[in-house]
Formats: sequence, C-alpha cells, structure tokens
Amino acid sequence: MEHPFLFFVKLFELVGLDHFAHDYPHIIYSWVIMALLIIAGAIGARQVSLIPNKAQNVLETIISGLEEFTVDMAGEEGRWFFPFVATIFLYIFFSNLAGIVPGFFSPTADLNTTLSCAIPVFFFTHYIGVRIHGAGYIKHFMGPVWWMAPLFMPIELISHLARVLSLSFRLFGNITGKEIILGILFMLAGAFLAPLPIMVLAIFLGFVQAFIFYLLSVMYFALAIEEMH
Amino acid sequence: MEGEAIQFFSYCMLVAGFAVAIAAAGCALPMGLSIKSAVEGIARNPESSGRVTVTLLIGLALIEALCIYTLVVSLIIIYAAPVVQTVTNLL
Repeated sequence: MEHPFLFFVKLFELVGLDHFAHDYPHIIYSWVIMALLIIAGAIGARQVSLIPNKAQNVLETIISGLEEFTVDMAGEEGRWFFPFVATIFLYIFFSNLAGIVPGFFSPTADLNTTLSCAIPVFFFTHYIGVRIHGAGYIKHFMGPVWWMAPLFMPIELISHLARVLSLSFRLFGNITGKEIILGILFMLAGAFLAPLPIMVLAIFLGFVQAFIFYLLSVMYFALAIEEMH
Repeated sequence: MEGEAIQFFSYCMLVAGFAVAIAAAGCALPMGLSIKSAVEGIARNPESSGRVTVTLLIGLALIEALCIYTLVVSLIIIYAAPVVQTVTNLL
C-alpha cells in the first residue's frame, strides 16, 4: 500500500536521497522513532534530581511501572534483562502509534523491522540460558528423560525457531492490516471522517501488540532461566 | 491468454477473501469462549482480575495469531498474483 504523502521521505528528497527514501520508508521512520526516544530520554535524564521535574516524573512512572511488571512476571532475575525488554516495548509501541499520525508510517508494518526485533529476542534467550546454566543448558532441549532426547531435540529446536516466526508475523500482520484498513477507509470516505473509529481502535491495538511482544519475550527469558530436571 | 489471466486473478481474489473470512470465523469461537471464562472467573474472584487479564491477553494474542497468519498468506496471494502471471507466461 503506497502512502500518498510521507513527511520524512519528502525531507530526505530535499537532501537528495530520494531513491533510498522511496524504497525504504520503514527505515526512515524507524530512525525517526529512535531519534524521538533518544531525545525524550535525554530531556528526561538531563538533570536527575531527588525531587523530579515534570519530564523526569513521566519517565520514572513509565519505567518503574514496566520494571515492577517484569519482576512480577519473571521473578527477581527479571531485573537485569529488564532494559532489553523495556527498549523493545517502547520502540514497538511508538512505532505502532506512528502510523496514526498523518504523514507518518508505521515501521512495524514491514517484515524486516519486526524480524529485527524478534531475532535478538531469540539469541538473547539462548545467551541467558548458556550464561546461567552453562553447558547444562542442553538439558532444556532433551525432554524429561535422557533416552527420549533424539525425539525431543528436533521438536524443541523447531519450537524455538517457530517463536521467531510467530513473534514477527503476528506484529507484522496486525500492523499491516491496520494500515491497509486505514488506507482503504480514507480512500472510500475520508471526507466523512470514516477512519476515525478505526484510529481509536488502532491506539488500543498498537498498545496490545507491543505489550504482547514484550510479555512473550519476558516469558521466553523466564523459561530459559528456569531450572530443568 | 488474456481471459485466462483475468480468470486467474479473480480466483486469487476469491481465495484471499474467503481465507480470511473462514479463519476469522474459526478464531471467533475460541476467543469468545476464553473471554467468557475469564469474565466468569473475574466475577467470582475480583481480586484475581490482574492475573486473569494478563493471561487472557496472552491467550487471545496466540489465538489471533492464527488468523493473522491467514491474513499474511492472503496478502501474499494478492500481491504475488502479477508475479505468478509472468511465471506462467514463461512456461
């Protein structure tokens, strides 16, 4: 679905990168989201004080809420992988919301962006497992008893690979579906504000999808930490 | 050749539309059942609403993912239709 007007793509055309900008709008917009998050973080953390100012207060509420929730889900070990999952949550959430702003485009409506979020989760899961259990991490793949290992090994490997597929395809399909519905409704009856109810739904959908990506990553990490017998 | 191409295109559209319709119908029943059980659970024990809601959201996302896979497949069918035409011309 080609969008009629993308603000930042036009900006890149002025610089002279129009081929790149027209071919890869999702990369341009993921840069925009990154810049937004970095600037917000820099403003919030510019002067950290015991009595917080407004920006610091907002950021503290978001971060402490997320941290409490992560520790609630994954136990006390969840505190050290919290920065990773919180980054993924904020990035995906703001990427999903960007599609609602006119002239913007959801970077998550492209399979490359969602895969680039899902593959680090896959590798980090196994990094956590090897770091905590050492060589004993192989027990996670061998099933309940040792002689069942040849049966369980392929099943476990496929289920670990299917996690990447399901994480990335779920997010991509949801956000692409939302973008296409918004585009079609805008073309059909944009003058009568037909896309507005779907936009309200899209805010909820963006939050829920980011939350589910975050929650499933936390649960995969918690499963990798868990002791297997 | 022209008529065959148009026929092929209309079959693609038909399949893509019906695929999502059937998948949505199949996903609606388990989602309704799980929401029903969650609401009953919350009504009996309102203190557990936080945990129940989180579990419900995960479950709904996992069920919904099946429908989304069908959506992705039908998107592939729709957008791959011109490519398939050029391939069949080569044969």
